[in-house]
Amino acid sequence: MSDVFLGITNGVLYGLIALSLVIVWRSTSILNFAQGAMAMFAAYLGMTMSSHGLNFWACFAIALAAGFALGGLTERVLVRPLYKRPEINSIVVMVGFLGLLESAAAAIWSTAPRTLESPFSQIYFEHHSTTISLSPFALFQIISALVIMTAVGAIFRYTNLGLQLRAAALAPEVARLLGVRVNRLLTFGWMLSSAAGVVAAVVISSSGSIGLSPTIMDGFFVYGFIAAAIGGLESPVGAVVAGLLIGLVQQFLQDYAPSGISSFAPVIILVVALMIRPQGLFSTTKARRV
Amino acid sequence: MISIANLSVSFGAVHALTNVSFDAAKGKITAILGANGAGKTTLLRTITGLEEAASGEISLEGTSLLNMRTEDIARAGVGHVPEGRGVIAEFTVLENLRLGSLAAKVNFQDGLAEQFELFPVLGERRSQHAATLSGGERQMLAMARALIAKPSVLLLDEPSLGLAPLVTAEMMATISQLCEKQSLTVLLVEQNAKSALKVAHDAVVLHLGNVVAAASAQEVASDERLRQYYLGLVDQ
Repeated sequence: MSDVFLGITNGVLYGLIALSLVIVWRSTSILNFAQGAMAMFAAYLGMTMSSHGLNFWACFAIALAAGFALGGLTERVLVRPLYKRPEINSIVVMVGFLGLLESAAAAIWSTAPRTLESPFSQIYFEHHSTTISLSPFALFQIISALVIMTAVGAIFRYTNLGLQLRAAALAPEVARLLGVRVNRLLTFGWMLSSAAGVVAAVVISSSGSIGLSPTIMDGFFVYGFIAAAIGGLESPVGAVVAGLLIGLVQQFLQDYAPSGISSFAPVIILVVALMIRPQGLFSTTKARRV
Repeated sequence: MISIANLSVSFGAVHALTNVSFDAAKGKITAILGANGAGKTTLLRTITGLEEAASGEISLEGTSLLNMRTEDIARAGVGHVPEGRGVIAEFTVLENLRLGSLAAKVNFQDGLAEQFELFPVLGERRSQHAATLSGGERQMLAMARALIAKPSVLLLDEPSLGLAPLVTAEMMATISQLCEKQSLTVLLVEQNAKSALKVAHDAVVLHLGNVVAAASAQEVASDERLRQYYLGLVDQ
């Protein structure tokens, strides 16, 4: 049971990163390789405020606001000129942006991990003198991730805004012909995605065992990216389910398999999943160029 | 009324349209005819701001559309059903129609009822993805999606493309009916000149980006020179 709780706790973080990638993909058909770094940078901005005496929730709110702003700014300044260019251009630019953000964060805040103090205890619950690998902090982590995931899924599936966001990504010209303000929606898609990633980064920065450093999101991004690809890149549900799956598999392998296997198991899952369903497990698209 | 005056469009050194001028009367169907490469699609795309005009003027009821964004032109009441229909294959019929109604801020349920009355097959297929519809059904969906926004002008680009003659005839009859009932101004781009001239009130014939004739559909249909050289219509 402990493995399940630990697996879910990590899995929701992968799911959140995957979800933020899916939002950007669904709204602009771009893979944002700087997703993790953008979340890291916004989390640092929020964390800086804690040294001015602000509490956890105020810092969280500032990080979220910074995430929204950074997402919008990135779309307007860096991404918009790339829409009509070959896909490789956006990949190169976003990888370059990842490097820029990580270098800037190291220069401003140093590479030493920092922790944002959270109001939730990280001591595991006990039930009849048995320790359960679940703490109030882990519960906060799981619940906040699930709230974001549900909200994003509901926006895309049930709201007019979500319908317009999807139309703007799938057929921007047609959407414009129907009066959809495509440019505004693309900016909003990036803002939403960036904020979802920030939730993961703030949780990581509050975790006493990890803390925030300029490159901390790289590993989470890789597993989040794998989860998004397994889920089908355009499926929020797929991203979440695949994130949880990776978290659980990693946790079980960590405990029951030779050391090291848990790190590359997600890649094997990705290869097998894409061999069975190249479009991803939850995608409704018949095929996709990768 | 939509007025085009001295409109020129170029793609680099290629002049796609040169000094094109004509008026499309309110509540009438104006057929835009010509061979491949005549500039018909470019004309419609320029009206809705998808292509940039080099010079000239496009106005709707006296208001210039030239410097407006595509989405604002749509919100001003110009519906455009592009070549290839442009339905979003990943969306259901209902989602496609809902998308069409959003910017126009019309009552979706009322609009839906009207479109399902006009195109009953769409009502039967409401939950199906557009990708699973036949060519004719997709054309109906594209038209219904444009009409649900209650446009005053409808631009139709090759609505008969890939459709069986019977379906084309039904489509043309529907366009004619719409124009009459809703006082809709229609610009109908067609390669199938014969079927377009049957329903159109007026016609503009384009050749290599130039207007070679702009007259009533009847006059164009009876002009032997136009029929033979520009429309490919040869009497059997």
